[in-house]
Amino acid sequence: MVKTMKWILNRIKYFFLLDIYKGLFLTFRRIFKPSVTINYPYEKAPLSPRFRGEHALRRYPNGEERCIACKLCEAACPALAITIEAEEREDGSRRTTKYDIDMTKCIYCGLCQEACPVDAIVQGPNYEFATETHEELIYNKEKLLDNGDRWELALQKNINSDAPYR
Amino acid sequence: MDNFFIQLIEILTISSYVLLIVGPLLICVAFLTYLERKVIAAVQYRKGPNVVGMFGLLQPFADGVKLFSKETIIPASANKVIFILAPMVSFALSLVAWSVIPISENLVLADINVGILYIFAISSLSIYGVIMAGWASNSKYAFLGALRSTAQMVSYEVSIGFVIVCVLLCVGSLNLTDIVMAQKSCWFFIPLFPMFIVFIISALAETNRAPFDLPEDESALVAGYFTEYSSMLFAMFFLGEYSAMILMSSLGTILFLGGWLPPLDYYIFKIVPGFLWFFIKVGLLLFVFLWVRATLPRFRYDQLMRLGWKIFLPLSLFWVFVTASVLVFFDLLPNPYG
Repeated sequence: MVKTMKWILNRIKYFFLLDIYKGLFLTFRRIFKPSVTINYPYEKAPLSPRFRGEHALRRYPNGEERCIACKLCEAACPALAITIEAEEREDGSRRTTKYDIDMTKCIYCGLCQEACPVDAIVQGPNYEFATETHEELIYNKEKLLDNGDRWELALQKNINSDAPYR
Repeated sequence: MDNFFIQLIEILTISSYVLLIVGPLLICVAFLTYLERKVIAAVQYRKGPNVVGMFGLLQPFADGVKLFSKETIIPASANKVIFILAPMVSFALSLVAWSVIPISENLVLADINVGILYIFAISSLSIYGVIMAGWASNSKYAFLGALRSTAQMVSYEVSIGFVIVCVLLCVGSLNLTDIVMAQKSCWFFIPLFPMFIVFIISALAETNRAPFDLPEDESALVAGYFTEYSSMLFAMFFLGEYSAMILMSSLGTILFLGGWLPPLDYYIFKIVPGFLWFFIKVGLLLFVFLWVRATLPRFRYDQLMRLGWKIFLPLSLFWVFVTASVLVFFDLLPNPYG
């Protein structure tokens, strides 16, 4: 009996399009709410300090490069995007002669910066580094150090704000 | 010689009238696409086009320029003549029906006595554009899309026919101006409310709009009957579809919302010229088209056919009987010429 009543009620609901009016009313109310669109090139969404964007090689404040060519990042990289060659420098310290990252292989997992014992390789907040050719995306040491110099303030700030959680 | 000049002037006047209708219509179509994107964006908490021109108002023209500059691709296995003819047919037919639409009391190109039949015939003919396109493309998606579209348009034309019969019973004339004038005391959507709903839903199906846009079901058919079309040939289908939408809205306005008549017979409402009332009502119906598109998901094909044949057809037939019985029983049968 209850089942039949329910069936009849459902038929009536279906016939008079009640659910459809409900849906239409819902969408109509939403028209008057403000939009959540961000006008991308002019406005940008906030980024977490842990955001993993373009890579950079950092320097110490005295200008000496941090990287000691331990190759932990190369070993950690799951995409095999990092290639490092190292040699002893004239003053006896061990430094890289070649530090390449193929940005088209990189999967932006952040394992390289986790592996780095001296905070040399980091992933900065920059994500707008699209280029017109593939070759431009194979970064060499020079480019990475240059990135580090350019983004040092932001990188420092991000590392500091994430430090309490490490 | 005099006769020739008189005829020439007549032809020129009529062609200028035609341009006066077609020009604004195409501009309306352009802004309808803009409005559609804006309405759907608003429903989805987005902004819609807002970069080209003020508030993105020039977006439809940018789209038009883009379509013009594209290459017209004709598939190698297509039937070239029919392939090119199809969009022209569907575009031309969607414009031709406008000749009998009364925008205001005397603003009508051809005030013919079988106006409603004429519109009905033209909208049935527009199926040919679709099926020609589907057949000539020689592609399975286009072909299936055309089959679906044809079956759908034919099915819903039946119930639209009965809806129109209901209105005609209350008017007693096939002339569109007479139909509007008969609504002076009471717009027909009040006594014939169920038929008004059936008309709107059938109009959605008839113009292949969401939630009945199965002919261009992108998840199953790529783009339906115009899958193989590009550039201006595609644009003509597009213009045809949107001007069919405006046509259906104005038909709904004329049949149910009292055409150019003001909502109440007060002086204040009469200051506003008739054609403005007409545009406001058409705009409201067009908004319903877009609003429904932003709300409802697409029907399945069997659901669509069931709705058309098993619900709308009996319902509208039943209402034809009810309307006729009430009119006869209370001796209300209209006789506009008597």
